[in-house]
Amino acid sequence: MLNMNDILETITMIQEENLDIRTITMGISLLDCADSDIGRSCEKTYDKICSYAEHLVSTGEKIEKKYGIPIVNKRISVTPIALIAGASGGDPVRYALTLDKAAKQTGVNFIGGFSALVHKGFSPGDRRLIASIPQALSETEFVCSSVNVGSTKSGINMDAVALMGNAVLETAECTKNRQCIGAAKLVVFCNAPEDNPFMAGAFHGPGEPDCALNVGVSGPGVVRAALAKMDKGSDLNEVANVIKKTAFKITRMGQLVGTEASEALGVPFGIIDLSLAPTPAVGDSVAHILEEIGLEQCGACGTTAALAMLNDAVKKGGLMASGNVGGLSGAFIPVTEDAGMIAAARSGALTIEKLEAMTAVCSVGLDMIIIPGDTPADTISAMIADEAAIGMINSKTTAVRVIPAIGLKEGEELDFGGLLGKGPVMKVNTKSPSGMIARGGRIPAPVQSLKN
Amino acid sequence: MKAVITVIGKDMVGILAKVSGTCADANANVLEVNQSVLQEYFAMVMLIDISAMNCSLDKLRENLDKNVDGMQIHVMHEDIFDSMHRI
Repeated sequence: MLNMNDILETITMIQEENLDIRTITMGISLLDCADSDIGRSCEKTYDKICSYAEHLVSTGEKIEKKYGIPIVNKRISVTPIALIAGASGGDPVRYALTLDKAAKQTGVNFIGGFSALVHKGFSPGDRRLIASIPQALSETEFVCSSVNVGSTKSGINMDAVALMGNAVLETAECTKNRQCIGAAKLVVFCNAPEDNPFMAGAFHGPGEPDCALNVGVSGPGVVRAALAKMDKGSDLNEVANVIKKTAFKITRMGQLVGTEASEALGVPFGIIDLSLAPTPAVGDSVAHILEEIGLEQCGACGTTAALAMLNDAVKKGGLMASGNVGGLSGAFIPVTEDAGMIAAARSGALTIEKLEAMTAVCSVGLDMIIIPGDTPADTISAMIADEAAIGMINSKTTAVRVIPAIGLKEGEELDFGGLLGKGPVMKVNTKSPSGMIARGGRIPAPVQSLKN
Repeated sequence: MKAVITVIGKDMVGILAKVSGTCADANANVLEVNQSVLQEYFAMVMLIDISAMNCSLDKLRENLDKNVDGMQIHVMHEDIFDSMHRI
């Protein structure tokens, strides 16, 4: 028989420690929807998404009931729209509106893939898509956008970096009446994964199959609770071991749900993304795990080391629990989505410079950081370049999702509501990087790229 | 196919009877019961066979909630525990 303690442990994890499946994301290829007529192309896109994802939400709900585990989000990711827009010509905003309509029809929480991959240069569709991002995000509700501006293999496209600084600022400006929320749905990547199930950066890469189901698990609360039960004197070897064991259990559940959902939907199971994704809910914070390890507050000296250990232990534990691991896989540090990080940013313990260091050892980048609304576009571009450089040199994914709070100054707050959370405007270095950004061109691929 | 029912709450007369009665109505066979009462708190874990059940697992949970008042009740497919705790 099942062990009574095991049963109670699982129930406590779900009931009290916020264990959940963060998302099941269906990746759908739109490559066969491209048509030389944009109207026809949008029609095919809408029909394909709605037919493939028709039962996604109801299947997710059935599994929730069967196992008693919440599946917080059901989402869709699609082929980067720049590829389709390149073939059809016309205004890419029409695709954004089509995606939004399809998201409403299927009942999903978000649809990602209003994206362009420009790490080495632009094709015609790419430039038009980037130019249309502010309008697309201000006129839609569910669409998320991402642009990949660099990779270890190809270096950093600094022309794209310059464009994206402007795009972020303009998107915030276009949605300033709605807490600048547009910028929270726009991510600028280096080394973007093609199978990431997490928003806002999800897209279905061109190398992916026609359709695949990717699962993102979550459970910072469970890890924190497991560490809280440990003897305070246990050494870091033991701490890493407990994190590993917990990550294993969380991932096994993701594997179960993913397998079941892909069978029910008749879609191949893609990957599990082994991520610790926080939410603003009390007890669901990555910062609190770092504090449980022994830091007074997240942002203190030692934060980078603790995060590096956490990130590595999560991967080690999760790897054995799943057949296919992919996506971002690691600990997320989105400031406004994490109760502990919000507190640390408010108290001044956590600064953007410290966050930048943390991104070198965890799975994402400068994520959900609110910056002053008068930050120049060049400064945002330079932040993107810094992050892309960390990703490029360390052969890892990095990203920037900053929200310029139009009309607000340091210390004031934005509140997005829901999973996106809230937080204070953080201080940004005011010295200008304009000379460097104006140069444009490409930062050549680093020597790490020559592995052949 | 099996499922696990857990019932936690303040002890009172007839909990086991009501839970097993509801299971019988759903044609779910009770395979094992493990229960303990610590001071005034009642905790029970019950393993049932759901292969011949005449209603959905969700409906069974609804009925249990209705019939057994004031207790915290979970009904979950056994696979979740197996996958989490067994290699």
